[in-house]
Amino acid sequence: MTNVFRAEGLGKTYPGVRANDDISFGVEAGEIHALLGENGAGKSTLVKMIYGLVRPDEGHMALLGAPYAPHDPRAARAAGVAMVFQHFSLFDAMTVAENIALGMENPPPRPELARRIAELSQGYGLPLNPARRIASLSAGERQRVEILRCLLQHPRLLIMDEPTSVLTPQEAEILFATLRQLAGAGTAILYISHKLEEIRSHCDRATILRQGKLVGTVDPRAHSARELAAMMVGAEMRLVDRSGRKPAAPVLEVRALSTPGGEGMALKQIGLTLRSGEILGIGGVAGNGQEELLSALSGETLTAPGTVALEGRDLSRAGPEARRRAGLLAAPEDRLGHAAVPEFSLAENTLLTAGARQGLIRRGLIDRKAATGFAQEVIRAFDVRTPGPDTAAGALSGGNLQKFVIGREVLGRPRVLVVNQPTWGVDAGAAAAIRQALLDLAAQGAGLIVISQDLDELLELSDRFCALNQGRLSAPRPTEGLTVEEIGLMLGGAHGMEVAHVPA
Amino acid sequence: MMIDPLSVFILLLGAATPILFAALGELVVERAGVLNLGVEGMMITGALAGFAAAHASGSPALGFLAAALAGAAVSMTFAALTQFLLSNQVATGLALTLFGLGLTAMFGKPYEGMKAPAMMPGPLGLNWMIWLGIALVPLVWWFLARTRPGLILRAVGENHDAAHGLGYPVRRMRVLAIGFGGALAGMGGAYISIATVLQWTEGMTAGAGWIALAIVVFAQWNPWGVLAGAWLFGGVTVLQLRLQAAGVAVPVQLLSMAPYLATIFVLVLISARQKFGRSGAGAAPASLGRPFHALK
Repeated sequence: MTNVFRAEGLGKTYPGVRANDDISFGVEAGEIHALLGENGAGKSTLVKMIYGLVRPDEGHMALLGAPYAPHDPRAARAAGVAMVFQHFSLFDAMTVAENIALGMENPPPRPELARRIAELSQGYGLPLNPARRIASLSAGERQRVEILRCLLQHPRLLIMDEPTSVLTPQEAEILFATLRQLAGAGTAILYISHKLEEIRSHCDRATILRQGKLVGTVDPRAHSARELAAMMVGAEMRLVDRSGRKPAAPVLEVRALSTPGGEGMALKQIGLTLRSGEILGIGGVAGNGQEELLSALSGETLTAPGTVALEGRDLSRAGPEARRRAGLLAAPEDRLGHAAVPEFSLAENTLLTAGARQGLIRRGLIDRKAATGFAQEVIRAFDVRTPGPDTAAGALSGGNLQKFVIGREVLGRPRVLVVNQPTWGVDAGAAAAIRQALLDLAAQGAGLIVISQDLDELLELSDRFCALNQGRLSAPRPTEGLTVEEIGLMLGGAHGMEVAHVPA
Repeated sequence: MMIDPLSVFILLLGAATPILFAALGELVVERAGVLNLGVEGMMITGALAGFAAAHASGSPALGFLAAALAGAAVSMTFAALTQFLLSNQVATGLALTLFGLGLTAMFGKPYEGMKAPAMMPGPLGLNWMIWLGIALVPLVWWFLARTRPGLILRAVGENHDAAHGLGYPVRRMRVLAIGFGGALAGMGGAYISIATVLQWTEGMTAGAGWIALAIVVFAQWNPWGVLAGAWLFGGVTVLQLRLQAAGVAVPVQLLSMAPYLATIFVLVLISARQKFGRSGAGAAPASLGRPFHALK
């Protein structure tokens, strides 16, 4: 086997951070090579150097045996490197054909390009209409646009940055079939992910990074997910303790809850019963109504009378503050801007949701001492790494701020807590701490709704599982014994995709 | 009533030309994702520079050339501040307007009371600038919709991070767009001093730059819409003068308000459409007014 790509001693330093330190590895023709690491391990800096977005401080790269030092992405593309980004690099107001033309150095005239898009998309089982606007496409369809944009360049090295995070398991299977087909034709694929099971079942080799340094390149099939995780984190993973929970009387009743769509997804006739001491997991691909459901439960969106009841009391027409007083708390997904004000200090941020329940506001005046004290309590109880309660929320790392946001609600002694994506973009250590805190809260008798796109997380935490698809909530099923395939079908299957049927 | 539609239309074309130039320029700037509120300042600079050059050389054509250069030159201060020093676009644009008005008031003093050289008539008795303005509409449309640089410019305005990720020069595209917008605004301003009023007066653009900005929104960032908006405004201006001359008791202020009311109405329509889930076409460029900073 020959190395399509080779990196030798790559290093990159940002002010205060050694993002990459002496990284050497190679990707062979025809292999799917995983790049594995926690958030902040240096994966994205590394691929940005390969794709010409960032220039390395030290070391050198080689592509197809020749020295390779792209000064911008166009040079990288010209040399045969293509990349599918994690956050789509698409232009919403433009058509599929225009987006694809932007990713090519010398796009053919329009009719010719449209013909080639149609041809190639059929060949890979990724049907796409070149004249559609990106804004009207689903996440899975958008990814097809990104992939086709790369394929039209006939890349020698294809980089994929966490491509399955927006896909259902079935859609992910189809993606892997496409990748396997490409690899079979000799393309080298560098696959970035932190989903260990996915890497174990689909990748030929895995290069693991930790804190900017190379841990090693291994055969992922020869190791268990736990061993891979230990290499990623540098320590044995802490197992979460699920014991001590006894689901009891219902605390939250949601009946026939619907919202008008507007800009987001409309919720359609949602019904659920949450018991105290229970964790209800709600899974679904992003954009299927998760944010809207959290808003309807937290009180940001008011719904018809009789749709939301906490311990028999109708809260459908009550706003967020009244619901908090009643014991229904929520932590939204977007921690900067929705759950916390970045410019405010941590102490000031406690006032936003815990003001009334913790007695931090008296007769309309802020009790600064109490707010600082409560912030300190959260920092201590949740091991938030920060200089102190006067630090601006925006200055904390994602994981630390998430611990703070969740901690603020958990210490509010909720009857019911609704969280959306509690560990999104959080390193493994912090994620484990947050999950444990949620389990402990349930063990103390609160009812929890955990909305997440991370199926492993939902299987680990929840007692019952529902799927949110196109604004509809499925009937709950006990998590015990549920397989990923069954969950995939609950999430809506493959959204009209088909398996590749013509060889490349 | 003695209002002859044909003569109104011919006058309308003249009244619409300064706004058409400035709005087409601003449209290109905004499609690149930059909001330059300094149109009025660039227009008045062009009005003075164009008048001075035309007066000195005796050639209106040289006057318009000088106006384009002067408009582009002041727009470069905006470009330097917003694109390289990352200053706030709204504040910088407002400053550019005030700067242009003040600067021209100072340097324009010696030119007051002088007369502009006569414009050469073009086909159908309309001057060449009117024809150039109308010809620019399909040219700008074609550039944006059909050429590769136009596609890249729209990409930069739609999602500058993605455009940068694909390796397109976000900053360079924006600086070029700002310069083009400045040149057209300058020519639009010069049309007022050289072809309409035929002399220099302090503050003579009288808010035309603001109308141009409103028309870009009214047009939903489409060049043909800009033409419609400019003609609508030109028509209202001419009609208002004619109605006054004919002694009709319509308050002038009501008619002057019409273009702004139409703009607000269109804005409401756009938001209403977005509320009912039809976004994409007709919406503002997604990166409009957002500063771009790439970490290298």
